[in-house]
Amino acid sequence: MTNLITYLQAHLKTVMAVCLVLLVVIAGSSFMVDTHHAHTWVEQHVPLFWSFFGFCAAAVIIGVARWFGRSGIQAPTDFYSSSASTPCEED
Amino acid sequence: MASSFIHPSVLLILGALLLPFIQGPLRKPYLFFVPLLALCAVIVNTSLSGNFATVSFLDWQLVFGRVDKLSTVFALIMALMAVIGTLYGLQVDRAGEHMAAWLYAAGSLGAIYSGDYLSLFLFWEMMAFASVFLIWFRRGKQSLQVGYRYLLIHTIGGIILLAGILLRYQAVGNITFDLMDVAHPELYTWLIMIGFGLNAAMVPLHSWLPEAYSEASYNGAVFLCAFTTKTAVYVLARACAGMDILVILGVIMALYGVIYAVMENDIRKLLAWSIVSQVGYMVAGIGIGTDLAINGAVAHAVVHILYKSLLFMGTGSVLYMTGKTKFTELGGLYAKMPATFFFTVIGCLSISAAPCFAAYVSKSMIISAGFEHHLNWASWLLMFGATGTFMYNGLKLPYFLFFGQNNCSAETWKKAGDPTWNMMIAMTIGATLCILVGTAPGFLYAMLPYAVEYNPYTAYHLVETLQLLGFAALAFFLLKKYVEPVDRICLDIDWLYRNAGRGFLWLVKGPLQGCDTALGEVYRVVGLSSLMTLSRFWSWFDWHAIDGVVDGIARSVRALGGKVRILQSGQIQLTLFYAYSLATILLVTFIFFQLL
Repeated sequence: MTNLITYLQAHLKTVMAVCLVLLVVIAGSSFMVDTHHAHTWVEQHVPLFWSFFGFCAAAVIIGVARWFGRSGIQAPTDFYSSSASTPCEED
Repeated sequence: MASSFIHPSVLLILGALLLPFIQGPLRKPYLFFVPLLALCAVIVNTSLSGNFATVSFLDWQLVFGRVDKLSTVFALIMALMAVIGTLYGLQVDRAGEHMAAWLYAAGSLGAIYSGDYLSLFLFWEMMAFASVFLIWFRRGKQSLQVGYRYLLIHTIGGIILLAGILLRYQAVGNITFDLMDVAHPELYTWLIMIGFGLNAAMVPLHSWLPEAYSEASYNGAVFLCAFTTKTAVYVLARACAGMDILVILGVIMALYGVIYAVMENDIRKLLAWSIVSQVGYMVAGIGIGTDLAINGAVAHAVVHILYKSLLFMGTGSVLYMTGKTKFTELGGLYAKMPATFFFTVIGCLSISAAPCFAAYVSKSMIISAGFEHHLNWASWLLMFGATGTFMYNGLKLPYFLFFGQNNCSAETWKKAGDPTWNMMIAMTIGATLCILVGTAPGFLYAMLPYAVEYNPYTAYHLVETLQLLGFAALAFFLLKKYVEPVDRICLDIDWLYRNAGRGFLWLVKGPLQGCDTALGEVYRVVGLSSLMTLSRFWSWFDWHAIDGVVDGIARSVRALGGKVRILQSGQIQLTLFYAYSLATILLVTFIFFQLL
């Protein structure tokens, strides 16, 4: 498996091209499935709805997390400076 | 019939008590045998239905063995988890750590089989007090403090739960642990829900979970990730199904956990945040309360235990081998830990609800139930959260841990490697079950509490999921520089109570101690001085007045005695002479006064 991953890493451009083709195939397949049983109107009538949803949701989450972290939520590791400490004993 | 019920908690408790006496080559077989025996007991119990192991205590009837579909499915997965967890930590020498883990599992199984609030509370607290040792046994720099905070929070939760139980008993007159009237909640309904909710890590009562689970021992975290929150999900499903507020709380949990997991630098803390998020789906399902939603919550709890324990085993292996848990100290490990990478990726695909993997067959049940119950807002937000789950757990974790930039020091890289055989077997079992449940969910669905037809393998669901995952992955790889881990911690709501604690300490050490010192000084200057003056006066008064009177009387008596002593010559004639003379004088004086 390690060799396979190394091989794929060595041919990264090909891997990316295959992945993009796969994405196109997945998106295209959404036109072929029956959407009558979908729960909402947008699922039934907006083409490639879940593709957009997936991409936008991921982008929004990354944006919100970054903004949240930068707004002061991410703090230095010694923020809660510990007074009592004992040597770490990992197995 | 009653005699056929075997309580698995009894087996685990007895096994734990005997464990220190089992030494040498017998230890490992014994470690494997006891939880396996408990699992067998649970399997035997699956053929039963009703209340068993009932005990009369004061005015109450305690039920230690309520067996129905809901308790059975939870008991099965918990007992299985006890086997997998013990197998994973087979090489741990400390008997105490195994004992804590088994007592913890026994508490969970006991709570699941409890039919009354009293025995439930007993096992509930047993879980809290046993599990804290799994944190302390890490013996890290923060373990002791984190353990105490964990215990403190759970003790508060226990007190809230107990208050709810007592108020409920006062109101309804029994301690039966059953579905509450959630449509007309009383104070006790809220208290019981909050008590359960704290263990389910409901926001804002969740902060104990990320810090405790990331600080636990590599073996302890495997147990912790399974028992506390999922036992809480069980009791919520039992007592609070259909409680509307749970939908809101569940959705908040699902999203809150996602945002924090995306920011997190510690691999095990990321997984802990993921628990908050995933338990949010279960809580929302319980809040929706329909048969499909409850089934979805239960199914998701079962598969969550499988994939989350697998993920904690994978990251625990990294900790065990390298001693590191931060992305900023790891990376590129696929070459050194290929088997661990493989199992972790299966866990990642399972939590991401990828087709053929565990959560694919459960998460969509809850979301579908939301849509069917016309709670579209909740289902949309849960779908939004599901995208985030894939991003931080399906992509960020494996990418930055096994690929990405190699941040390992020379020492870390040298130590990295796949773990021991027993850890590999435990991960193999977990990974196999994740794929088995994902590909053939029929046996899981058959165990769920309600008979509901649900088929996750429709063409629409499959294409929907592939689109969602595929395009979320595209967004991740385009924007991954914005989620690169940084060596910082994320402040959470625990900041409030940590600062409240510090504030209290400052209040005690500063103003309160200052007041105390000032009062002492005032007392010394004013009070003590006045007291000394008063004391001196009384001393003087005592000496000169009271002692003067007493001493004066004494001196007078002594002087009189001295005089009288002179009169006593010792000769009887002289004594008679003085007596008669005195009597004559008195007689003459009397006659004289009579004649006047």
